[in-house]
Amino acid sequence: MRITYPHMGNLYIVVRALLLSLGLDVVLPPPTSRRTVELGVRHSPEFACFPFKLNLGNYLEAQESGADTILMAGGVGPCRFGYYAQVQQQILSDLGVDMEMVVLEPPDVSFQEIKDKIRYLVGGLSWWQIFKAVRFAWCKARAVDIVEERLLHLRPRVEDPLLLEKLYRDALQEIDHAGDRKTVQRVVVNYQKKTGKLKKRSVKPLRIGLVGEIFTILEPFANYEMEKRLGLLGVEVNRSIWLSAWINEHLFGGLLRVKYESAHDKELATPYLNSFVGGHGVETVGCTVGFARRDYDGVIQLAPLTCMPEIVAHSVFPALAKDYDIPLLTFYLDEHSGEAGIQTRLEAFLDLAAARSNKKGEQMSGSVFRN
Amino acid sequence: MGVIKIKRVGIPRALLYYYYYPLWHEFFTRLGCEVVLSPETNKAILDQGIKNSLSEACLPVKVYFGHAAYLAGRVDYLFVPRLSRVEAKAYICPKFMGIPDMLRARINKLPPLIDTTVDAGKEGNSVQCWVDCLRDAGNRLAADRKLVEDALDAALEAQQFFWKRLNSGMILTEAIKGTAIPETPVDSSSKPLRIGLIGHPYNIYDPYISMNLIKKLHQLGAVVVTPESLEADEIEEEASKLPKRLFWALGKRMIGSAFRFFSSQKLDGVIYLTSFGCGPEALVEELVARMAKQQNMPLMMLTIDEHTGEAGINTRLEAFTEMIVWRLKYADHIPPYGESVHCR
Repeated sequence: MRITYPHMGNLYIVVRALLLSLGLDVVLPPPTSRRTVELGVRHSPEFACFPFKLNLGNYLEAQESGADTILMAGGVGPCRFGYYAQVQQQILSDLGVDMEMVVLEPPDVSFQEIKDKIRYLVGGLSWWQIFKAVRFAWCKARAVDIVEERLLHLRPRVEDPLLLEKLYRDALQEIDHAGDRKTVQRVVVNYQKKTGKLKKRSVKPLRIGLVGEIFTILEPFANYEMEKRLGLLGVEVNRSIWLSAWINEHLFGGLLRVKYESAHDKELATPYLNSFVGGHGVETVGCTVGFARRDYDGVIQLAPLTCMPEIVAHSVFPALAKDYDIPLLTFYLDEHSGEAGIQTRLEAFLDLAAARSNKKGEQMSGSVFRN
Repeated sequence: MGVIKIKRVGIPRALLYYYYYPLWHEFFTRLGCEVVLSPETNKAILDQGIKNSLSEACLPVKVYFGHAAYLAGRVDYLFVPRLSRVEAKAYICPKFMGIPDMLRARINKLPPLIDTTVDAGKEGNSVQCWVDCLRDAGNRLAADRKLVEDALDAALEAQQFFWKRLNSGMILTEAIKGTAIPETPVDSSSKPLRIGLIGHPYNIYDPYISMNLIKKLHQLGAVVVTPESLEADEIEEEASKLPKRLFWALGKRMIGSAFRFFSSQKLDGVIYLTSFGCGPEALVEELVARMAKQQNMPLMMLTIDEHTGEAGINTRLEAFTEMIVWRLKYADHIPPYGESVHCR
């Protein structure tokens, strides 16, 4: 069994750690590229959301590298993600691609089923070994988030963001290669030290919150490197969704404590959105309120085109904007989005956000902060 | 008793109006309210809807916004139930779950909304969830518990009657009006085409949105079969053939009827009407299309939105029906190119 799974930002590091320590043979799809998009789009339903198409592209590319089994998550709706696997399976089998799909449905469907599937994957491993593998993967998930958080914080502040970017890439790679928890921790400490020594500019950057659908937020390819774009325009970015927090909440049932800014923002969605709407609709509204309350200079919503929960969230923004005076911008993204358009809208948005913020004079020099 | 002002409850003629209007109408009438139904969709209503809603929303939701905006100044309450799960473990669509909030955020001067929740949860059933929703609504409007319970009974009866009429083969737009059964335009001299029409009721039965699709098909000499003529059990049975249960109630209806249409309704072709940007349909229609191919059933996908041109629809309908006639006529011939397109 040569197992693969779709990309979502840095998730591959975490899942690889888990599967390798379970003794599985992992074939990672090549990093998502234009080719992935082409392959995915060619065989996907036209109106399926962008993550669906990227997933499919990932599978096909992984198969070229020799994968024969796909590990995928399921769901119980109403977001479309819950039915991805079944449709993708149908598409693959019609294409004559011989790949088995192991779909992990959430435990509330059937606990026994998920147990059986794990057993099917790992064979005779003891539960203690499984626990150790999960703990190791969790350690990497935390490390990845810490490293990323630092990157977002420092990007608008350092003199040479490209050097910072390199340190970040190196750290990710070292985390990915690390064989035990100690090494992972050492990598993180080293990264903190190295980035701490970088030359800083004395600025008070604009602060922008990112909200929206999880895949689009976490996968730089799907959001056209939104965080990097913002960072290079001199903006400090924070986001509503962090990988480790999401894992903790959805897979560990909130057992552990993960500290991040938007942790409790979900509740702020009422009175604007009073019902669960699937996906991350409620989180999007709640976190937008949260960012507004914490006096951010603007909030950007990211969603794949036709994403239902995000459309609902976007629809209630006018009510929210009445109570909180905060600039909001929404991007619906898919394979047809153009970089120049995104960049122009971002620059215009930031100009406006900066103009209404008290911090303006300090850093604005023309429309672009840094060329 | 003093003079009681009769409360006017507005019901938008859109979305699930096409499934549940008899229930709602009877209920609010029995409570002593005046039910105000918005007129059939027209240009002005659609324009209002487009103006008030988000451009990314699908056409039926925009139309709903238009109807709500139309009613806003004319009624005391607007009945906008929050539709979560209308049967156990099956949602409709996130937009239906958020629609009261969406309306509140985007339409000015909205009357108070009756936005009680319909949620069958994980074990409930498709009738009880409505009983709960309406009871909740009734208790807000009228103090008299007995009156609410009586109204509920009457409403359920009206809805049952409506369902019975549908199953007897009546076209929904007639059944909902409570008029007598109309003649189906069957031309006895020639054997008419039998075309299955799949699509959400708020698309196919809204003559403005669908541009009179059913009538057009009749004029082309076809008999139209819709999912409404199937029993709920039949649909459920077909839908359960999927590898995983669908968690969208309407999606399940579409796929269940499509499978039944393909296998046992002796149809000559199937038309699938969807609205642009419909989330669940994006996946459901893919499964239906792949199944149609396997079963060798001619299938035409019609995607509509507010920009759809009527001439384009006409042309496609004519072409589709003509192709089917050819297929039936020349079914025994060897095709000049490639694989036979007609293998019956």
